[in-house]
Amino acid sequence: MSTRIRITRWGVLDSIFSAGALILGAGGSSGKTPKGRAKETKWWPSVYLAIEPTGEVIIVAHRSEMGTGIRTGLPMVVAEELDADWERVRIEQAIGDAKYGSQDTDGSRSIRDFYEIMRRAGATARLMLERAAAEKWGVPAEECQARHHRVVHVSSHRSIDYGKLTDLASKQPVPKVEELRFKTPDGFRYIGRGVPLVDLMDICTGKAAYGMDIHRPGMVFASIERPPVLGAKLRSFDDGEALRVGGVTQTVVLEEAKPPYGFQALGGVAVIADSTWAAMEGRRKLTVDWERGPNTVYDSEAHRESLLEAARTSQKVVRNIGDVDTEFSRAGKIHEAEYYVPLLAHAPMEPPVAVVEYKNGRIEAWAATQNPQAVQDAVAAALNISRNDVLCHVTLLGGGFGRKSKPDYVVEAAILSKKIEKPVQVAWTREDDIKFDYYNSTAGMYLKAALDAGGKPTAWLQRSVFPPITSLFDINEVYGDPLHLGQGWVDVPFDIPNLRVENGPARAPLRIGWLRSVANIYHAFSIQSFIDELAAAVGRDRIEYFLDALGPPRTVDFDAEKTTNVNYGKPLDQYPWETGRLRNVVEVVAEKSGWAKRKPGNGHALGFAAHRSFLTYVAAVVDVQVDDKGQISIPRVDVALDAGRVVHPELARAQFEGAAVFGTSIALMGEITAANGEIQQSNFHDYPVARIDQAPFETRVHIVPSHRLPTGVGEPGVPPIAPAMCNALFAITGKRFRRLPIKNTKTTPPG
Amino acid sequence: MFQIKVNGKAYEVDALPNTPLLWVIREHLGLTGTKYGCGRSICGACTVHVDGQATRSCATPVASVSGKEIITIEGLSPDGSHPVQQAWVAENVPQCGYCQPGQIMSASALLAGNQRPNDAEIDKSMSGNICRCGTYQRVRRAIHRAAQIMAEGEKE
Repeated sequence: MSTRIRITRWGVLDSIFSAGALILGAGGSSGKTPKGRAKETKWWPSVYLAIEPTGEVIIVAHRSEMGTGIRTGLPMVVAEELDADWERVRIEQAIGDAKYGSQDTDGSRSIRDFYEIMRRAGATARLMLERAAAEKWGVPAEECQARHHRVVHVSSHRSIDYGKLTDLASKQPVPKVEELRFKTPDGFRYIGRGVPLVDLMDICTGKAAYGMDIHRPGMVFASIERPPVLGAKLRSFDDGEALRVGGVTQTVVLEEAKPPYGFQALGGVAVIADSTWAAMEGRRKLTVDWERGPNTVYDSEAHRESLLEAARTSQKVVRNIGDVDTEFSRAGKIHEAEYYVPLLAHAPMEPPVAVVEYKNGRIEAWAATQNPQAVQDAVAAALNISRNDVLCHVTLLGGGFGRKSKPDYVVEAAILSKKIEKPVQVAWTREDDIKFDYYNSTAGMYLKAALDAGGKPTAWLQRSVFPPITSLFDINEVYGDPLHLGQGWVDVPFDIPNLRVENGPARAPLRIGWLRSVANIYHAFSIQSFIDELAAAVGRDRIEYFLDALGPPRTVDFDAEKTTNVNYGKPLDQYPWETGRLRNVVEVVAEKSGWAKRKPGNGHALGFAAHRSFLTYVAAVVDVQVDDKGQISIPRVDVALDAGRVVHPELARAQFEGAAVFGTSIALMGEITAANGEIQQSNFHDYPVARIDQAPFETRVHIVPSHRLPTGVGEPGVPPIAPAMCNALFAITGKRFRRLPIKNTKTTPPG
Repeated sequence: MFQIKVNGKAYEVDALPNTPLLWVIREHLGLTGTKYGCGRSICGACTVHVDGQATRSCATPVASVSGKEIITIEGLSPDGSHPVQQAWVAENVPQCGYCQPGQIMSASALLAGNQRPNDAEIDKSMSGNICRCGTYQRVRRAIHRAAQIMAEGEKE
């Protein structure tokens, strides 16, 4: 046991490194506190890397892998600045721990928030290795250069492997951020080029371990019958039949959650068995009597009506320019429309699942989770223990889309494990997943515009009403919160002299949650449909009309108009809303898709939409075909995007290809409804998602080269798809599709 | 007790007769590459080969497959070198990867019976396998590539 030297004051992960590994913590305080802004918190998100004496580099992936490739992309950034040989890098998944900073893998922000931090981590280690070599050779540090896993001294033709420097490097003082030298883009080996997914081979051979695949000695399986209506209470139950199923050992009552529901376990009756099948069979044989409670009044059709009714009347103003009312009263041509988007379920291919082991007052969890720190907090709160007594391992996730950042299913397993003192797996069935989701909210929207003689909009009013996500944490919250109003609503970019944005109150007795691109789904749907309607009303080319409405390139000055735009939690001066960047991706997609040449006819047309979300500018052209039976197919989608510097283009392209499919599901078929407070769908037969023969045949992704700060790529591809598709359908059928999904409206055969 | 043969090995399994093959493979044999997705044979995540046919193991009672040859993703090749697996790697098909063993098993069964499927045949054959990440266009491309790898292998 010789040379383990810890340079960081946090020091962790001892178990994964051998003795002698150089463990580096790069991060520390930011050093700068911009004037006039709140002082930044002292801890900085921090990542650890280690170099073994063998030269193997271990990089810790602290964000969750759910298919975005982040377990590859972020470590690759460390390897870049370390100038490491990727073949000699091993990735370790972090447990949940606040020392990493946020591990909440959502909001398309892993690269955005950690790109610089990862570069620092790599550059810090590189500099220390160079200084170590200089010391070893007795030459000035400036003459030593790290090159692909070796430090080189050119003039003396000497070079040495990183592994041979760990001891000396570990004794170097940790350099300050100002001392670090970063690579320039022309020297990038990985950034902008990419490496294969670290889990690629394991996935293709069935070895990759997801939440579902964790097995602990003595583990039992639980299947839980949950309250059918949110807030329903258990009156009585009979488990006689259930206990006769071979393998079923007992039933356990879980206390019902109380509002606000947050991430609590929903409650119900758990059947415990020695196998998944026995637990499911036992659960089917339970007889449970519920006091259904007041939420049985919830009905989707009535709820939809109430949202649209509220959207027709004046509501809280969240942005105002000029005076729309005056303009409406004097303008010649008025156009108005109402839009509706239903509840949507996440339906990741792997339903929520966790294994939890309670021992001596402490919890050890293995969870398919997007947010292991939220697991710590929620489990600690439920069991009344310290979050430090909750250890959360993160498995691979079989899809997430936002569902798995809510750890209610881990809490269920924790409560059960504590009660029966055994390791417990709680695996939701698909039916559980569809019926007890945190749904993306319904939204009713009303838009109105006045057009001048030339057809240009001179006044624009948009009003939205949707039950907010914040109601999950405070049942009195009924208005859209600033974060979600900033998702494509208050930040509508059109250059219109009179513009008013409103938001009205709404409640829904459901757990509302965030799903891939969240409020952008309904905001982009209404705005991008409406601008297309205006263009059609005056007989203009849709893209030309859109660009006219966008106006000359400018930075939208929200501060000057006193509009709150949360801007995805990022300062507007750092990530301004630049309409020129949106214009650019629109022009790129118009050219690449052949917009001007491909005219509609024979049941086919192109549809267009463009939307900025998660600080990324995206424009899409969707090619839609309708056959004489009204059957819709999508031969091609073109997407152009400006996401700043793209770290891993291949993975970014995959995200936009996938987003086009996700958007197709939303457009064509996605809809969750409730009757008497109970969700009516249960599996993929009644909550269908796009299959290979329904998805776009091909999505062509056009990445605009950029050296700007990297933004997000996981979600921004979703919002433009549904409106672009509906706009194409209008061009084909002459009919507007203002209510999603499209399946609810007959697609009249053309001609 | 049921006798089943998985990936060339014979097993005796003590399970309820109506237990779906999926759970036997996963929990009795510990072969976790085969996934649960819906439990109603509508998503394809649980696809295995039974006597060469792509079969949804989540709705196949273990009692019904006694004496049949069952192949799971773990048994498709010893080292990930099946042409379909090679093509999957080359095209970077997976995102989250959860549905991919099922996709690969469906694709390999398709190619066993149709060495040069066209796009329409691929779509028809693969429409039972849902990928929520939306990797379909790469799935299609990888199947074409696998067909090519197999054809080249035969020429040699």
